Amino acid sequence: MSTIENVSRRRFLTGGVIATGALVLGVRFYSKLSSGDRLPHDTNADRAKLHPSVYLGIDPDGTVWIVASRSEMGTTSRTTLPLVVADELDADWKRVKIEQAIGDKRYGDQNTDGSHSIRSYYDAMRIAGASARFMLIQAAAKQWGVPATECETDLHVVIHRSTGHKATYGELANAAAKLPVPRTEQLKFKPKTAWRYVGKGEVSYDLEALVTGKAIYGMDARLDGMLYASVERPPVLGGQVKSYDDKEALKVAGVHQTVPIDPFKQAPGFQPLGGIAVIAENTWAAFQGRKKLNISWENGANESYNSADYKNELRETSHKPCKVVRSVGDVEAAFAKGERTLEADYYVPLLAHAAMEPLVALAEFKDGKVTAWAPTQNPQAAQEIIGKELGISPNDVICHVTLLGGGFGRKSKPDYVAEAAVLSKKMGRPVKVVWTREDDIKFDYYNAVASMYMKAALGGDGKPTAWLQRSVFPPIPSIFDVNAVYGDPGHLQQGWTDIPYNLPNLRVENGPAKAHVRIGWLRSVANIYHAFAVQCFTDELAHAAGRDPVDYLLDLIGSPRTIDFDGVQYPNYGASLETYPWETGRLRHVTEMVAEKSGWGKRKHGRGTGIGIAAHRSFLTYVATVVEVEVNDQGEVRIPRVDMALDAGLVVNPEATRAQFEGAAVFGTSVARSGEITATKGVIDQSNFQDYPVARINEVPAQTNVYMVDSDAPPAGVGEPGVPPFIAAFCNAIFAATGKRVRDLPITKLGLS
Amino acid sequence: MIQLKVNGVAQSFGGEPEMPLLWYLRDILGMTGSKFGCGIGLCGACTVHVNGQATRSCVTTMRDAAGKEVTTIEGLEKNGLHPVQKAWMQINVPQCGYCQVGQMMQAAALLNAKKQPTDAEIDAAMSGNICRCGTYQRIRAAIKAAAGEMA
Repeated sequence: MSTIENVSRRRFLTGGVIATGALVLGVRFYSKLSSGDRLPHDTNADRAKLHPSVYLGIDPDGTVWIVASRSEMGTTSRTTLPLVVADELDADWKRVKIEQAIGDKRYGDQNTDGSHSIRSYYDAMRIAGASARFMLIQAAAKQWGVPATECETDLHVVIHRSTGHKATYGELANAAAKLPVPRTEQLKFKPKTAWRYVGKGEVSYDLEALVTGKAIYGMDARLDGMLYASVERPPVLGGQVKSYDDKEALKVAGVHQTVPIDPFKQAPGFQPLGGIAVIAENTWAAFQGRKKLNISWENGANESYNSADYKNELRETSHKPCKVVRSVGDVEAAFAKGERTLEADYYVPLLAHAAMEPLVALAEFKDGKVTAWAPTQNPQAAQEIIGKELGISPNDVICHVTLLGGGFGRKSKPDYVAEAAVLSKKMGRPVKVVWTREDDIKFDYYNAVASMYMKAALGGDGKPTAWLQRSVFPPIPSIFDVNAVYGDPGHLQQGWTDIPYNLPNLRVENGPAKAHVRIGWLRSVANIYHAFAVQCFTDELAHAAGRDPVDYLLDLIGSPRTIDFDGVQYPNYGASLETYPWETGRLRHVTEMVAEKSGWGKRKHGRGTGIGIAAHRSFLTYVATVVEVEVNDQGEVRIPRVDMALDAGLVVNPEATRAQFEGAAVFGTSVARSGEITATKGVIDQSNFQDYPVARINEVPAQTNVYMVDSDAPPAGVGEPGVPPFIAAFCNAIFAATGKRVRDLPITKLGLS
Repeated sequence: MIQLKVNGVAQSFGGEPEMPLLWYLRDILGMTGSKFGCGIGLCGACTVHVNGQATRSCVTTMRDAAGKEVTTIEGLEKNGLHPVQKAWMQINVPQCGYCQVGQMMQAAALLNAKKQPTDAEIDAAMSGNICRCGTYQRIRAAIKAAAGEMA
């Protein structure tokens, strides 16, 4: 199908850049509901008079309704995507009202992860806005008896200059609604010179609500008659309740009853973990009752899991030949030549998300259907798992998406939403499940623990003649298949198979590792450990070769070229390599840019101070980062300054993008300084911010400068790409300042003090 | 019965005296501006003012709140926005926003005590408030902007 039809005929579009090289519009269509079906939950956009797209409606009073179908967790996508619609519509932003979509396949994929909201929905937003503008112009031209080609739009009005006719969008909405929705080929998009909002940006639509405490997060959702639940879950993954005694729990004032939740069936996926829920009149009573539970657990096979032993296992695996996932030339032959070789082991532990809003969800089961309110990145997955758990159709689950108090990937996994639905069904009343911080840290889907073995041979000029790298980590697919032990292409691509260096001999390998905890996506995911190893090892080689790290890095990146992934499984973050080729010239450019902006080689660095560099492409965005550190005699590390240069293609909302990179430096600081989850006998050792510290105001970069390349390339990710190169540059700076090489994260293991 | 004032309004509470003020505000009064983040006073998301002092409401029991004047974000400014809130908007501080109420309550208390805090004083006063999105650079700038406006 290549037409957009009126939504009442149940056809809708979803985004997708299918262009080559430059931005060209492409749309995919599919139908979901048969004609005559009622939508489970109409939006104001659906009900508006003029309604050319599921994302947009215009009322006769001039109000423009724009549907935000992606979740808002702080990246401002809830504002930035509607800005694209408003721009193409030539709408007055002050007349725009944004409404949050429920989970519904008619919006396409809603899983707000992978830094692709803008990339995947930019075209769909433009088409929505341009379609309405087209219809408004047609309606005005008809009314005035002039050719539509002579009419134009200006902020919320259609104008015919020669006759002086002018009509507002509101005045034209009724007449425009009677016209057919145009085909994409009929649309004329605004030239860049006419953009009002794209490239300029806007602050969050919710800004005032955010500073007045009126913003509604999942934690703030309330329903009349709702009960509160707190769940004691099996301390070891796959464990279950042997027996329990709730007598003391039931004595706590406000506690109504306890409810067992079944253990999950392998593999865990997004199922509830099981355990005993305490149901009470308020959150505090539920927490107190839970403390009085007496439960005897059957821990199961994962009781054998100890982090220290596991680290050794990963390392041993990485020292033996593993599965080859990319190979150029002949590494072994090159190593056999007897040139100087360097080897290094790098290690990154499990990491927890620790979003400021602990997991929480409210659900009501009624008449065989569920209505849920949750801070979820993935409402459609919530519908699916609730449907499975309750034996109902996902179409009988309405999932409202509240604001998210942070997500970072954890809230893509709706196990907590399913818990609320299961408990509501058992109680016959709405139930809000509130996770404590301890629950949030102990029952996470952790970023994988990873061990990386690196080896290089250096030629006479100091450049590598051969490069071998092996990574070993429990893969994310293990949450869906307990036998999955190798990295999947979607995560090996993240800074591993796509090492961008121009090397005569290169071998990239991956080894097996069995998961004993749930592994999941966390901001930047596998890029965190892969970029850490590659970019720190690069710095090691530069020093071994007696070269300046920036010059050396540029030498390895080589001259501008497009990486050939022939014979390599390289999904390119779900984007086509034609539209988003891997261009080393862009990585070079940001590296040169950040070196210049940071004053690399020009600033003086005294005793205990140093700077480090790293460059990395992830989520289709190229980033280079310079970090400056100061380490005092007590081993305390300060970060006076960070410089980040990025090429993310077209940047729709520069201010929000800047904020994402400032935040990435802080997120990276937490990973590098103190990020570590460990387990003893299968039980997670950490519990709250005292033993899983995250960076505070006195520990973060004092100043983060963000420089954006002005680019017309298609838009790429901005939420995640700032994290990986920050961590590596920070560790390289510590080496420059102290002569101590960070190979194990976090840096507390280095013994600086 | 425990008597206290919340945003100038007299309230009485006959429930469990060990209940933290946070859950009284959120679950009993339905004032959800103050947030739950850690439950043990380590993150600052629950910060309110008790008799004018920045206080972690998640570890302040109702027994301890008895007879006190509690101010939450809902009552920080009677007319319009407090200078701190204005500065937070002007500098575009929030990302997810969840911690920001606690940050602003802490900052407002700081500015009550110190008209023109230095960077070191800001860090000292604000280091109990975690922002996982990493808006610290803007928080520092916003506190200075608010200090300027209040001067």
